[in-house]
Amino acid sequence: MSSREKILAAVRANKPDLQPLPDVIIPVREEGLIEEYRRVAEGIGAKVYEVGGTAEVKELLAASFEPSQRIVSPLEDFADMAEGIEAGIDPHSFADVELAIVRAEIGVSENSALWVPEGNVSQRVIPFICQHLAILINRERIVPTLQQAYSLIGEINYGYGVFIAGPSKTADIEQSLVLGAHGPRSLRVFIVG
Amino acid sequence: MVKEETQQQHKGLAEHSGLADIFNRDEQRVNWHDETLWFVRSKRDKAAHSLPEWELLRETASQIKHNVLSDLDTYLQQFEEQALINGVTVHWAADAREHNQIVHSILKKHEINRMVKSKSMLTEECHLNEYLKEHGVEVIDTDLGERIVQLAEEPPSHIVLPCIHKKKEEIGELFHTHLGTAAGESDPQVLTEAARQHLRESFLTRRLALTGVNFAVAETGEFVVCTNEGNADMGSHLADVHIASMGIEKIIPRRKDLGIFLRLLARSATGQPITTYSSHFRKPRAGQEMHIILVDNGRTVQLGREDFRNSLKCIRCGACMNTCPVYRRSGGHSYHNAIAGPIGSILAPNLDMKAYADLPFASTLCGSCSNVCPVKIDIHDQLYKWRQVLVKEGHVSPVKAMGMKVMAFTFAMPRFFAFAGKAGRVVMKYLPFVVSNKLNPWYKEREMPKPPKESFREWYKRERR
Repeated sequence: MSSREKILAAVRANKPDLQPLPDVIIPVREEGLIEEYRRVAEGIGAKVYEVGGTAEVKELLAASFEPSQRIVSPLEDFADMAEGIEAGIDPHSFADVELAIVRAEIGVSENSALWVPEGNVSQRVIPFICQHLAILINRERIVPTLQQAYSLIGEINYGYGVFIAGPSKTADIEQSLVLGAHGPRSLRVFIVG
Repeated sequence: MVKEETQQQHKGLAEHSGLADIFNRDEQRVNWHDETLWFVRSKRDKAAHSLPEWELLRETASQIKHNVLSDLDTYLQQFEEQALINGVTVHWAADAREHNQIVHSILKKHEINRMVKSKSMLTEECHLNEYLKEHGVEVIDTDLGERIVQLAEEPPSHIVLPCIHKKKEEIGELFHTHLGTAAGESDPQVLTEAARQHLRESFLTRRLALTGVNFAVAETGEFVVCTNEGNADMGSHLADVHIASMGIEKIIPRRKDLGIFLRLLARSATGQPITTYSSHFRKPRAGQEMHIILVDNGRTVQLGREDFRNSLKCIRCGACMNTCPVYRRSGGHSYHNAIAGPIGSILAPNLDMKAYADLPFASTLCGSCSNVCPVKIDIHDQLYKWRQVLVKEGHVSPVKAMGMKVMAFTFAMPRFFAFAGKAGRVVMKYLPFVVSNKLNPWYKEREMPKPPKESFREWYKRERR
């Protein structure tokens, strides 16, 4: 008997009687989401900007980054300040990226997480390998909790997707918080609209 | 010397109390450890109390896990089917040995002998690193805390905070030796930067990455990995081959159930609203090979133990450790098991009753662990129930067993009880050194109480007259 059969047989022999699967939707409030989002995001080390459009985002980023630094973005709006991201090429070739600019599909105010599916970054490694990360999110796409986020995601068949909340960090040395563990050292969130 | 003694845990020679003694030699460190973990526990409280629906979330999570355990074979097959559709190779491992062999066979197939690994308590449980080392494979643990204990040649002492037992000066020394940081450098910011540079080189040069799994979704075949550092993603997105190892109990039914579990996990673990990254892997990226290894290693046996099966609901947040008065003062290594603390103490005897018979006794049964558990495992009840099983099966030391027998005998004989009480009071009054000495384990770290003049029974008899 294969291990697969052995394991499944042991589960069948030992499992308890069937228990119901609960389906709980927790009611939430819908006011003050942007304020909550900002408070939580800043609390975990992100910078939050409310902007009218991409022009403003560019202005803010141009103030912090030099044109000589490698900036990448799959967004056409940023083609004048960032190179595109070609899918399918060797992901190692992005090792020297200073700033990546991407768009999130959903924001969650309770934890400031941003849903970034693979299609939004072209290459999965982009939001991790860059030294700094900027994410745009439309104001009306910010929902209260993860439950609402997952109902928006629904049954979309992505290959990879990630919730990102704040810059990469660690507190493994004596619980001292250090931003910039292996991923980006900073996260800028631009709430657009 | 302390290191050698701590390493005895690998050989299963030491008992919790003896290993706790080693940890307790440095009182200042114990106090620091105690206070730091309590601080993490306080952050958990703050996060939990900020959500009015917290208790509803815990109850729902517990029920979802109950449903999973009651239909686990169906969910596992559904998960496998979906994963295969997604282009992922699925392996089944009955035990630790088979898991390790599968990992090694994938390495051999690709002629790879260097790999990176993000945090996976399952691979600690399986002793994968040791196995691969014996077979000439170099494994670099990429979680900062895990890398630190790896350089120190120690196991992690906490499932979420692997090097919480180490002071920054010791870490500075390790980094000075292995990563070339300046002698005496102990600033966490500087040390973390050194590790970032060192591990970035590893990420960029290793072709195989292994990650753990926090949740695996039956309906979609995807799995979710949670990190703060981004190390699981740096490893897997740069590697040609991604292996994800998971215990079979990591299954949840639906994608939307993540909306319950991810709300609980980080808040319970560190008080964060969510980990920095919650990565959902469903398909390998173009040109990449992805493997999932489903591991039993005793889990189906635990599923059959009615009193203990709830322990399989665990989502490895570590809240029970941070709150435990024994864990905080005895350190993770005193549990001589991959998973320490209260949850480790109810999981370990399932794997080997004899080797871990001491662990269910390493508790005050105060119940704090059960109160903070995000999936409502009745941890302290199970600790108590394990004690019954272990004594019945003859797995406790003869001294402890004899002590219990004497106690049972005394309690069952009212006259002998009265006599023994009186004798005790007389001895403590006139010959205190008989009990106040090193041979009496109750005297350790305690003052013996002043003996009362009379027992309650004597007082009651007198007063009733």
